[in-house]
Amino acid sequence: MEEEVKNGQSAADVETVSDKENFNDNLHGENLTERAKVLSPGMTVLKRFFRSKLSVIGLVVLIALFLFSFIGPLFSPWGANEADVKSNINFTVTTIPYEVDGEIYYCYDVTLDETTYNILGGISSDHIMGTDDSGYDVFTRLMKGGQVSLTIGFVVVILETLLGVLLGGLAGYFGKWVDQLIMRIVDVLSCIPTLPILLILSAIFESLKIVDISKLYYMMIVLTLLGWTSVARLVRGQILSLREQEFMLAAKSSGLSTAKKIFKHLLPNVIPQLIVFMTLGLGSIILYEATLGYLGIGAPLGTATWGNLINMASNATYRNFYPNLWLGSGICITLAILAFNFVGDGLRDAFDPKMKR
Amino acid sequence: MVKYILKRLLLAVLILFGVSVILYFIIRLMPLDYFTGKFATQMANGGMTQEDLDRILAIYGLNDNSFLGILKGYWSWLTNFLKGNMGISFQYEREVSEVIKERMGISFSISLVSLILELFIAIPLGIKCATNQYGKFDYTVTVICMVAMAFPSFFLGNIFIKWFAVDLGWFETGGLNSSSLPTTATGIEVFGDMIWHLVLPILVMVILDIGSLMRYTRTNTLEVLNADYIRTARAKGLSEGKVVYKHVFRNSLIPLITVLASTLPMLFGGAMITETVFDIPGIGQAAYNALKVGDIPLAMGYNMFIAVLTVIGTLLADIMYAVVDPRVKLK
Repeated sequence: MEEEVKNGQSAADVETVSDKENFNDNLHGENLTERAKVLSPGMTVLKRFFRSKLSVIGLVVLIALFLFSFIGPLFSPWGANEADVKSNINFTVTTIPYEVDGEIYYCYDVTLDETTYNILGGISSDHIMGTDDSGYDVFTRLMKGGQVSLTIGFVVVILETLLGVLLGGLAGYFGKWVDQLIMRIVDVLSCIPTLPILLILSAIFESLKIVDISKLYYMMIVLTLLGWTSVARLVRGQILSLREQEFMLAAKSSGLSTAKKIFKHLLPNVIPQLIVFMTLGLGSIILYEATLGYLGIGAPLGTATWGNLINMASNATYRNFYPNLWLGSGICITLAILAFNFVGDGLRDAFDPKMKR
Repeated sequence: MVKYILKRLLLAVLILFGVSVILYFIIRLMPLDYFTGKFATQMANGGMTQEDLDRILAIYGLNDNSFLGILKGYWSWLTNFLKGNMGISFQYEREVSEVIKERMGISFSISLVSLILELFIAIPLGIKCATNQYGKFDYTVTVICMVAMAFPSFFLGNIFIKWFAVDLGWFETGGLNSSSLPTTATGIEVFGDMIWHLVLPILVMVILDIGSLMRYTRTNTLEVLNADYIRTARAKGLSEGKVVYKHVFRNSLIPLITVLASTLPMLFGGAMITETVFDIPGIGQAAYNALKVGDIPLAMGYNMFIAVLTVIGTLLADIMYAVVDPRVKLK
């Protein structure tokens, strides 16, 4: 990262203490350069990042959502898959006497109350957001759901980036037929509509009896296989332009190995863009998980994820009369996507050496 | 230029071939096929034997699910496709191209109306934001746009249905025409009723897409504002209004044209989720149902349709770029 960042910013990185009085003091004894504080590139980026209000808001929202999902369930009296039992088995026996031909017969009317659950219960002190159609506490499921929805993106984004960097790097560095081959694969994959493919593969996974949470992971792997193309394009484009710069000529003339040239000199220059891509990517994966859940093809329906919770909205009755079932998860999804976008945008601006503010 | 376009077209054929191979194999791997589902009740009550079903599957070339069988199926699909014949939809029992053509109209109208609305709102907003960079207006609009972009379409759609259609009763929950419409209704009444049904879906699409368009315009305008010829225009003593609307505005539209070309798949291909939420009988909904029940010809036809549109869209974007900006040389 060093080379590029230093290139662009050497002048801006020197933060001078420019108080009038201090300046006058300096003249008396100290050297001006000793009073000047030189920030490392990483510190500059951090400083610029925290100067933007929106990125700080995004970061705070993200931390809040993570705490809500991972610490929150510890304080809930309910489990994510624990139904609120209203009553247990009850016998009610009513004796009805009746008389036939002078003799008295007794008829027993036995009603059996099986276990009943507090289904679709309204908002109460026991259940902050009511209960769903299985008697589960919606608020607890909302917190638990975040655990899956917020973290699943990391798997996809990391895999996507690794694959994209590897193939994009190869294409950009070696050019010629390697480039042709990889970029044609990229072209083909980016023409395949994602959602239809996910719909089909969901059916295939179900027929293979993959019906637990691992199905969601397989779906995410499919998403990775279709999604690495944008990383590859980005990395290839960057490397194509970097390859022609002087520092690469210097690296070449000092006889460095190919691996060293790629991993020490080319890739570090792409890292800022990759970090931005990954942050924005996390938001879009949350959206994908939610979409899959809404269409009922994501994680198995019993599992608590935000996508599965918002699936309730696809049922007209629940949508119209029980907004407490799905409104919360929708708001969480929107907040998470928004926060990742804020942080991603903030990082992009912070990494951009041309930005002065 | 002609050579470039020819080269790109040849490449496009190659890409589409690759796409079709992958799509066909994945679609054929679908565990459920339409006929097993359709005749499930007859099979269960003994009205049909397994042999009958096998015979039907054989007619449609679906009985052999080995690699070679699928390959054979692909070959016959490909030869038919090249002849312009996409097969007959299992569900609708009509030509796939006919189904697509019929359903495309409504999807296209919705997308076109929302695209026009988006352009009319997003471009002025983007320019206003850029000229007031880091001002209060800029911040407010940017934040609102980012919030709007963050909403999942189905969430926003369902909120709108719940509030505006169910609670307030202003609009309809979905579909294209009310069942309460009298049979004597005139064409204008039917049309008005349809518009009434489409207000919410169009609103959802505009809200979701306006953000990216606005931000794109803003970035482009900012770039143009920093260009040397704008300094020249100012130095000539032009009024700020003239600088912005005569010099900046026009030049900031150049990159926008390429964006428009790449909206092609969205414009004709319909919005699968929005159409499903609002129960609009467009092409997206048809494709969704086809994928759910295993209507292989229609699913294949739709996906190839989208792939062709995507390829044409990218090509068009590149060509348009060279057309509107003579500095760009295609090679």
